[in-house]
Amino acid sequence: MRTLFDLLWRNHFVLLFVAIQSFCVYLIVQNNRYQHASFFNSSNAAVAKINEGVTYFKEYIHLRENNQLLAEENARLRNTLSLITNPKDTIRPFVSDTLQRQQYTYVTAKVVNSSTTLPNNFLTIDKGSADGIKPEMGVICGSGVVGIVQQVSEHYSTVMTLLHSKSKVSAKINSNGFFGSLVWGDDLNAHESILKDIDKTVPVKKGDTVSTTEFSALFPSGIMIGKVIESKLNPGSNFNAIKVGLSTNFENLSYLYVINNLKKNEQRKLEEETQKANEQ
Amino acid sequence: MIINILQIILRFIVLVAIQVFILNNIQLGGVINPYLYILFLLTLPVQTPRLLLLLIGFALGISIDMFQNSTGIHAFACVLIAFFRPAWLKLVAPRDGFEPDESPGIKKFGFRWFLVYASVLVLAHHIIIFNLEIFRFSDFWSTQLRALYSSIFTIVLIIISQYLMHRPQK
Repeated sequence: MRTLFDLLWRNHFVLLFVAIQSFCVYLIVQNNRYQHASFFNSSNAAVAKINEGVTYFKEYIHLRENNQLLAEENARLRNTLSLITNPKDTIRPFVSDTLQRQQYTYVTAKVVNSSTTLPNNFLTIDKGSADGIKPEMGVICGSGVVGIVQQVSEHYSTVMTLLHSKSKVSAKINSNGFFGSLVWGDDLNAHESILKDIDKTVPVKKGDTVSTTEFSALFPSGIMIGKVIESKLNPGSNFNAIKVGLSTNFENLSYLYVINNLKKNEQRKLEEETQKANEQ
Repeated sequence: MIINILQIILRFIVLVAIQVFILNNIQLGGVINPYLYILFLLTLPVQTPRLLLLLIGFALGISIDMFQNSTGIHAFACVLIAFFRPAWLKLVAPRDGFEPDESPGIKKFGFRWFLVYASVLVLAHHIIIFNLEIFRFSDFWSTQLRALYSSIFTIVLIIISQYLMHRPQK
């Protein structure tokens, strides 16, 4: 027994090293698991408070561009509003959101911290569970899709942006309706993304717009994602890899909308039950 | 002694702040992410107890991780550097050894010695970080190249900061 203690004591430096490293590996693995709340990230209130202070100053730098974006969005919303209130003026658009059957509610949030240069990029926003934010809600801004809420604390949430190696959003090409999934890799910059799984026979033109699809439970359909830059055949497959220029400028995001799909659980439940029924 | 400790704590805060508020926000050519904060581990006094060094390494890494949402990656790399630093220092020690209470630096040991001492640790640190961030073997060589470019940039920043903080005596 004594020799055992002696052995442990003689090697305490190595043992402590191994213990700390195991803890680090545990953190890395745990963090990679989707949806796992952890203390050591920027939804932690103390860290977020500091980031908020820094962002307060950074906002002034982008004030002009953000004003412009907000003004453009205002104009677009006004147009839509006039279509709804004066249906006689134009062809009546399809409006599914009557008051009783409203499907989406929006929460506005402000960015307090963001990154665009890492292989996996996140945003931190200043709304959390107290404002009704839950993990796996879609996030958009005036110019397009931003990402998906990942972790939530009481007053802050982290958002996995489109610029994340695990981000996957279903997207369609508006000119012909074919859909695929939008992914991002570290060989891309903050303004580009790749649309996968589009058959090589589908005609794709440079400049075609890409938007969200009807069957994502996170985003309403038709939210802008970007425009096609180039389409290249994936060597050795039947699919094209389409490079998409993102419409959202992730480098100066400031105000965002978090989307709450009121019917998400209903849709998910139904889909799961169908799958179960088919397995039997 | 107390002043020394205060100075070290202040350096910790300043380096972490520079890293998360300035360096993490700039992007050079899309591939270079310098991690200057590692300078803190390099310039701790030679006589720092080994166990304390491990704990400081962990604290430094995890503070960077918290701001970067990269939980554990920087902590892992820093603790590894802290583990190997004493052995590396013994290996490159000058002929008459270190005096107690000395810190590695250009002023004391000269440009060439410091360059060798810092380069090896910075390169090891960057290679670990870049590979853990990517966490796969496709694009293996482009990842190593990014790590190398970033290390060179970090080393340049470290040398510049050494000259800014204490000019070498003639």
